[in-house]
Amino acid sequence: MALQLEHVTKRFGQFTAVDDLSLSIPESEMFGFLGANGAGKTTTFRMILGLLDPSGGKITWNGKRIDYSTSPLIGYLPEERGLYPKLKVKDQIVYLAKLRGMAKQDSLKELSYWLERFKVPENANKKVEELSKGNQQKIQFITAVIHKPKLLILDEPFSGLDPVNVEQLKEAVLELNDNGTTIVFSSHRMEHVEELCEHLCIMQKGRTVVHGSLKEIKRSFGKKNLVIHADYDLSFLANSPGVTKARQTAEGIHLQISGEEMAEGIFKEIAAKGFVRKFVLEEPSLNDIFIEKAGASYE
Amino acid sequence: MNNFMTILLHTYLSKMKTKSFIITTIITVLIVVGLANLSGIIDFFNKDNTEKIAVIDQSGVLFTPLEEQMKVINKDIHLEAYKGTEEGGETAVKAGGYKGLLLLSFDNENLPEATYKARSIADSAVPSELQSGLQQLKTQQAASQINLSPEELGKLYEPINFNQIALEENAKTEEELNQARGLVYVLLFVIYFAVIMYANMIAMEVATEKSSRVMEILISSVSPIKQMFAKILGIGLLSLTQMALILLVGYYSIKQNLDSMEGGFFEFFGFGDIPASTIAYALIFFLLGYFLYATLAAFLGSLVSRIEDIQQMITPMTMMVVAGFMIAMFGLNQPEAPFVTITSYIPFFTPMLMFMRVGMLSLPVWEPIIGILILMVTITILAVFGARVYRGGVLMYGKSNSFKDIKKALQLTKNE
Repeated sequence: MALQLEHVTKRFGQFTAVDDLSLSIPESEMFGFLGANGAGKTTTFRMILGLLDPSGGKITWNGKRIDYSTSPLIGYLPEERGLYPKLKVKDQIVYLAKLRGMAKQDSLKELSYWLERFKVPENANKKVEELSKGNQQKIQFITAVIHKPKLLILDEPFSGLDPVNVEQLKEAVLELNDNGTTIVFSSHRMEHVEELCEHLCIMQKGRTVVHGSLKEIKRSFGKKNLVIHADYDLSFLANSPGVTKARQTAEGIHLQISGEEMAEGIFKEIAAKGFVRKFVLEEPSLNDIFIEKAGASYE
Repeated sequence: MNNFMTILLHTYLSKMKTKSFIITTIITVLIVVGLANLSGIIDFFNKDNTEKIAVIDQSGVLFTPLEEQMKVINKDIHLEAYKGTEEGGETAVKAGGYKGLLLLSFDNENLPEATYKARSIADSAVPSELQSGLQQLKTQQAASQINLSPEELGKLYEPINFNQIALEENAKTEEELNQARGLVYVLLFVIYFAVIMYANMIAMEVATEKSSRVMEILISSVSPIKQMFAKILGIGLLSLTQMALILLVGYYSIKQNLDSMEGGFFEFFGFGDIPASTIAYALIFFLLGYFLYATLAAFLGSLVSRIEDIQQMITPMTMMVVAGFMIAMFGLNQPEAPFVTITSYIPFFTPMLMFMRVGMLSLPVWEPIIGILILMVTITILAVFGARVYRGGVLMYGKSNSFKDIKKALQLTKNE
């Protein structure tokens, strides 16, 4: 187990930001962190990075405590863009890479590789403040990965990017992961987590409410989604047994049902009424699980 | 240690390359060169700038003695007997032929009396010199009316023999004191400006890094404490570079102009022969003062989230520097006042006040040493405390920026 969090707790005075969090993330794994705002994701990341000391428990990387001697092994992309606005991209990267123990020639070589890859080689001599938000985020990403870290922590890497840029970054993340980098990342965008991560945890007010592999989580959630399109009114289904949620759409209805076995009864019921153009039984999306688990207590 | 040097050099070099730094340095150097050449510059503009004054002497006897007097007082004021009428003279002055028109006559006590007419009376130098010339004439005239011989008159105006002698051994003579005062005055100014300027620079640097959020990247590679001190040392090195440059230019231009300055402005300021110990103390107290205020500025800077809030945050600190400077200015005239002595042991005032005292008085060696120790202890305490606040402060974002945040920042770094 590469990254190990054992009973990690962080209190700020009376307030408990992270409560008894235990995780183990194996090497070259992609791990997703989900949680509403204020759930404790950033605090957890800051503890992993050693910026904050946990109030209790411990965090280890391959059995060793993480401190500044291990910083060349770790890459970090903070939630907010953090770059010197007045400094040229080149100088910036060389400086920040040097702090992670990288020589100037190596970082310049890596930088030109990454800029080529993101198709923005002309940005090397521009100041960061002159770049667009998406291009700034690319530079921020390069800053996090240029020293080839073993552990990469990405806090909301795709926020505020257009789909093309998201695709480019996603590809880069996947490639790094294939090459053996352990990646921990957080996102509000469920589809990104669903697409990229094998394992994930959902945090809620400092506690983990869901933790495990994506498949297991979906299976153990139990509930399924049912999409039905038909030419007649389906709203009566909302009151059928086993239906937990219903949402009318233009072409039919979306249902959430408590289990797969409920689908058959519903099918029979509507088949008797007329022609059904579409009847699909779906796995619950991560979004459904997230809203159910993390949003429950807000209601 | 490696990262420490990286940050130090980065801070030093990137600050040195900023336009504002280059421009300030150039302007300061120009001012220093200008001051050193001041007398030369004034002479250049005043070249053969003799002032012609038309004189209408209604008494008929005053013109010649006044002309003699004026030759002694100021060679550049040239008197010319005007033959025409008063109106004619006025027209000539208005036309620009003369600087002014002087009407001389006797009053009813038979003493000289004069009226000066010029286009404007904004220039007070010429009339006041004419006045003092006439004053002497009048004194002579009045003396002869009451039958005083020139010797008796001389005795009357002879200044009193008044000497000050310090009884304490090593005490500075009056002449030395005057010299010291000038030098200390200038060095105090340098310390004052430098401390305010560079402490501000540090606070700005920290706040900029924090508000641009690059801080989070930095402190994930280097411990905040290392980063803070690398920054302080980097800017400190920058300040020494700037000072060295200015002092070097200043020293050479003063040396070049030394001849023209004999007995002038610069001798008054005690630049003739500079006591090495005063310079050494100035350097020591400048460095200690810098570290004291720089540490304070760094941790205050770490508490704000936006650059706009930085001035508000460091105002109390700036006030302290100003207060220290004010007391030091007051102390220049009364360096032995108990108030000055006591305040020179208060850490935030020590850099300027102890330096002022050590420059002005002949203090026993232990006094400045105690001052230096007090400063070192304070700097250490402030550094330890500041580093903890800094560590938490750089992670805090929010719009509040009060001193309550210090407590919050400390709480962030606590392990429990």
